[in-house]
Amino acid sequence: MKKLMIGNEAVARGLYDGGIGLVSSYPGTPSTEITEFLAEYDDIHSEWAPNEKVALEVAFGASLAGVRSACAMKHVGLNVAADPLFTLSYTGVSGGLVICVADDPAMHSSQNEQDSRRYAIASKVPMLEPSDSAEAYEFSRAAFELSEKYDTPVLLRMCTRVAHSRSIVEPGEREVPERKRYVKTPEKYVMMPAYAKRRHPIVEERTKALAEFSENCPFNRVEMGGDEIGIITSGTSYNYVKEVLGDSVSVLKIGMTNPLPDSLILDFASKVKKLYVVEELEPVIEERCRILGLDPIGKSLFPMIGEFSQKTVAAAFGIEDAPTVSADTEAPARPPMMCPGCPHRGIYYVLAKKKITVLGDIGCYTLGAQPPLCAVDTTLCMGASVSGTHGFLKASEPDVAKRTVAVIGDSTFIHSGVTGLINVAYNGSPSTVVILDNSITGMTGHQQNPTTGYNIKGDPASKVDLEALCRAVGINRVRVVDPYDLDECERVLTEELEADEPSVVISRRPCVLLKYVKAAPPLAVDREKCRSCKRCMGLGCPAISLTDGKASIDATLCVGCGVCDKLCPFDAIGRKGETK
Amino acid sequence: MKTVNIMIVGVGGQGSLLASKLLGRLLVDEGYDVKVSEVHGMSQRGGSVVTYVRYGDRVYSPLITEGEADYIVSFEKLEAARWATCLRPGGTVIVNTQQIDPMPVIIGKATYPSGILDELRAKGVEVEEVDALTTALEAGSAKAVNIVLMARLAKRLDIPREKWIEAIGKSVAPKFVEMNEKAFTLGYDR
Repeated sequence: MKKLMIGNEAVARGLYDGGIGLVSSYPGTPSTEITEFLAEYDDIHSEWAPNEKVALEVAFGASLAGVRSACAMKHVGLNVAADPLFTLSYTGVSGGLVICVADDPAMHSSQNEQDSRRYAIASKVPMLEPSDSAEAYEFSRAAFELSEKYDTPVLLRMCTRVAHSRSIVEPGEREVPERKRYVKTPEKYVMMPAYAKRRHPIVEERTKALAEFSENCPFNRVEMGGDEIGIITSGTSYNYVKEVLGDSVSVLKIGMTNPLPDSLILDFASKVKKLYVVEELEPVIEERCRILGLDPIGKSLFPMIGEFSQKTVAAAFGIEDAPTVSADTEAPARPPMMCPGCPHRGIYYVLAKKKITVLGDIGCYTLGAQPPLCAVDTTLCMGASVSGTHGFLKASEPDVAKRTVAVIGDSTFIHSGVTGLINVAYNGSPSTVVILDNSITGMTGHQQNPTTGYNIKGDPASKVDLEALCRAVGINRVRVVDPYDLDECERVLTEELEADEPSVVISRRPCVLLKYVKAAPPLAVDREKCRSCKRCMGLGCPAISLTDGKASIDATLCVGCGVCDKLCPFDAIGRKGETK
Repeated sequence: MKTVNIMIVGVGGQGSLLASKLLGRLLVDEGYDVKVSEVHGMSQRGGSVVTYVRYGDRVYSPLITEGEADYIVSFEKLEAARWATCLRPGGTVIVNTQQIDPMPVIIGKATYPSGILDELRAKGVEVEEVDALTTALEAGSAKAVNIVLMARLAKRLDIPREKWIEAIGKSVAPKFVEMNEKAFTLGYDR
């Protein structure tokens, strides 16, 4: 039956029908839904792991036990999982192992534009790259067999426009192969030098065999359309090429990105007068062409930066822009922002007010860098707030510690902040670490994590005691504040910044978007009392705006958190019907 | 047939994802090739969001670029103007008359432009203004703004009304079906 699926759902269905028994992942846009859809099946084990490295190692364990397994992550997640990846390439697998990695060209929701194909080449692991949901289904289903046949993990590369686009899929039936028995084989799985030296030649031989497979595999195909122009393309770029040029050009569509089919490329190139490579981000296919002695038109014509569209292809081939209509008035930007009632806002307001240097981290709270709060100084990668603050303080004058904090969310803290905190305690810096505990992994769309007390299915699970964890690693000063209570936040932060030893301040209040968080009645501004001081505007709350010079609160957006009320020096804000 | 391009634009959190899901499902049931492109993640947090819906005999790209959109369904006035460059000449804008100030306006760094829809009209764009919030509230929930706007779009597409009702039944949680059907009917017949 035809179904419209986003690419990530198609991957989940493909893995399921391909016989998956276990999935372990850490959420990350645009990969998250793969695992969420798999979690809907009750006959497989699914879980959120604390980070991508753990997830891949869990998947390895399942593979070792003879079960087909997978994990999904965003492109930067593969940096975290790179350690097991490179050596898994040596050990190979027992049950098929698929690593789904979703790149984010144009950085819709990411901190960089790295191209995961480089990882496939560097780790010598085969990579498949679908162009739409139908291929996402077929490729992920087929990936298990490829993995087992060539004794290797398989990378499945998605990108935002494939992961989050809906197109038609006709799924089949689930087939689960017989579970392989675990047999102790240290020469395959114990990667100490003596054994690893014997595995490396096997990896090189495997790469040759995979290159041969790539020549005739169903993932790569030629669509001839004349001998004038030939285009080698892959992933979502294929869609734009076909959209603009249709059957008027010849296309070599690459679905197996690593290893690339050298002979197929050379043969295709020999059949056309002019050769192009159309690929987003890095010139991976283009470079391979150059190694083969070809001179295609690639990055000299197509951008290295951002994502493509049909317009990119049209422009490159000299096709005129379609006429457009537009208003002359420019629309002001609408950047993403923290929601009304967001518990992160109170802490940031206090930090901005005290002009504190904030080494930030990855999550919704990165939005604290936006005006009007402008409270965040750095965002590097998961966990870097804590370790970065330690280094910053070690290299600075002692008084800098009194105006510097690390700010990190609960999920990110578990992901890789806790190791930095151990370093803070062990190597002794007077760091102040603020953990924003909103009881959920927020930015990626509400996933449970080890601090929430629930697992991926929403069933009760072991819950990390953050206070006890911080104390256990050697932090003696651990405080908990309610971010809606600005006075308390300011008092506690001031005390902890003054302290000469490391401290942790846990800002605890659940995300307002959680279903169980009930909104309080909305607040309203008494226009008689409002003196237009605009202090409430400094919160950057989307519900508050100026109407005829005075503050006003949009009752449809306000969740009644009351932070602006506490801030107003003229008692002009209150709940409707309340007398002040 | 020529591929039909529809953009659904608005502010993160307004429910445009459900609208595109509904429309996509309907179009597949009608036998078209369909591509829908959505936005998830950070940009959803109160930011400008856009969803592309394309259908026809064979659709390759999931995106709609400048000069290609036949219809823009906008959940908010400013967003209609922001994405208008994607409209083809003779294209149509169906816009919810709600105004949601973006942060640069809230903090006084920019002003919310007035008369922006008239500007589009002056350039030959057909602009249909819909007070979808009032209609949605009449149906029982502010959340049904998306269904009211879809009903206005439905008037212009060649898909029978009962098919829409059917698709709503399949796309929303059972306890909200009645309310959403009412929102559709009120929107369609207004």
